[in-house]
Amino acid sequence: MAAASTETAIRSSNVTRVFIYLVLLLFALFYLLPFGIMLVNSLKPLSEITGGNMIALPRDWTIAPWLSAWSTAQIGVEPTGLRPYFINSIVMAVPAVVLSTVVGALNGYVLTKWHFRGATIIFGLLLFSCFIPFQIVLIPMARILGLLDIAGTTTGLILVHFVYGIGFTTLYFRNYYAAFPTELVRAAQIDGAGFFQIFWRIMLPSSGPIIAVSFIWQFTNIWNDFLFGASFASGGGAPMTVALNNLVNSSTGVREYNVHFAGAIMAAAPTLLVYIVAGRYFVRGLMAGSVKG
Amino acid sequence: MATTTDTGADFRTRLQEWLPKLVLSPSLAIMLVFVYGFIAFTIYLSFTDSRMLPSFGWVGWDNYDRLFRVREWNVALTNLAIFASLYIVICTLIGLTLAILLDQKIRGEGVLRPIFLYPMALSFIVTGTAWKWFLDPAIGLENTMHLWGWESFTFNWIKDREMAIYTIVIAAVWQSSGFVMAMFLAGLRGIDNEILKAAQMDGASNFQLYRRIILPQLRPAFLSAFVILSHLAIKSYDLVIALTGGGPGNATALPATFMYSYTFTRNQMGIGAASAVIMLMTIAAIMVPYLYAELREKK
Repeated sequence: MAAASTETAIRSSNVTRVFIYLVLLLFALFYLLPFGIMLVNSLKPLSEITGGNMIALPRDWTIAPWLSAWSTAQIGVEPTGLRPYFINSIVMAVPAVVLSTVVGALNGYVLTKWHFRGATIIFGLLLFSCFIPFQIVLIPMARILGLLDIAGTTTGLILVHFVYGIGFTTLYFRNYYAAFPTELVRAAQIDGAGFFQIFWRIMLPSSGPIIAVSFIWQFTNIWNDFLFGASFASGGGAPMTVALNNLVNSSTGVREYNVHFAGAIMAAAPTLLVYIVAGRYFVRGLMAGSVKG
Repeated sequence: MATTTDTGADFRTRLQEWLPKLVLSPSLAIMLVFVYGFIAFTIYLSFTDSRMLPSFGWVGWDNYDRLFRVREWNVALTNLAIFASLYIVICTLIGLTLAILLDQKIRGEGVLRPIFLYPMALSFIVTGTAWKWFLDPAIGLENTMHLWGWESFTFNWIKDREMAIYTIVIAAVWQSSGFVMAMFLAGLRGIDNEILKAAQMDGASNFQLYRRIILPQLRPAFLSAFVILSHLAIKSYDLVIALTGGGPGNATALPATFMYSYTFTRNQMGIGAASAVIMLMTIAAIMVPYLYAELREKK
């Protein structure tokens, strides 16, 4: 589509335009400030934070807080830094993202191209599962993880995130495949192509964008999860968000703010990087998750 | 008639017919157990005398009765009402304003939009860490204003039992308002410019254009924003834990933090389960009609 057709036809005067730019810039400042200040202060020695101005640039630039947050800071009882927890989160997120995306793609394909009675009800049931407050499943989930003997492990968290990710991934692929021409599928069927052949040869090659959306959203959600991590992972098996919270809210000793900030930025880095690299898909996923159809 | 090749082909057609359902069935089974089965189990527990572990002594409505007599639960409900209404209204206002302003052929839209939206990519724990310190009077905003010579400036809401809940609103709005902006912007970009041009030709002012033509067409975006924001508000847990830990005292407790602390730290699983059921019912009251309408429309 041409750019001109999506732009509004509203016209405004020059004075109004200056005002508009001013408001937009103020908001940009509002969104940038908390994170920006955190970044600046993570590069200061502690004395400059407690005794100085948070807006000021560091007088003595230092990366010591970053090194400490990564490898020596006290997390819970162990002075391990955040590194092992960062690895936990990756080990947890990658399989959960891939599994839920594969299952979501197949579900979306079935629900849009192989109509059968009750498909809408099944989709409705899957869709509602995206929005339940997870408090309602915490108690039985803790029991099941215990029975399966994977309580407190990363495997347990992979299972949890996989299970509660299926609803979202199915939603993404269903909406995407709904717009895919069904005639192509029927034609391939007449030519004798089977269920998986059609999926593999016809659907998948054109699914690039929605796979990206699904990967990005599942990764962001799983990486940022705190409730499941806090409920089902213990000690050394905790994900990054739980470790960060332990670091920041531990009540013992001197509060090393600069180390906390460095840790917070580390916890934010992967999802922020994904957002910067693939922001377009990020916004698409946002829309797909909110505007159903 | 029935040669071996025929039955083979017959079996394969049958298999092809069943395959779609076969592929969908594991997901359905998982859903029925892990979502609906678990919901049923939690509802059942909410009628039992479970304490530290699930137990199955039936106590009827006792837990609900006690739940609504616990002071902290009532604090949590009041907080949720304050938090949810402010969060939804402010996010919608900011989101709509930013979307309308960005839609005025703004130079640098490509730079501004991602800035408004990036907090969405962060974990609430990170957001909480950033704001906790920014709002801390000793080293954050208040201290900075003092250093700049504005000695009388005070901003200690986060330490104030009455005001602490509003700091949660500030941080949550910071995180989510860009998302609402993106939803409205998509809506604005979908509006037919020909109608606007026709109305302009008839002498309509910009204000009239927005009031009479554009805003009414954004109805679906308003509805989606409301639904998404309200379910996020009811589920809010991480942000409270990271920003205030539910304190000072339990001044910023929300149903989600209440459920967790009653179930897992205070060993009142029956009451915890009852509170989770109330949360689910509240969300269902909003989501079920919405999803039902969405799914019907598309048929």
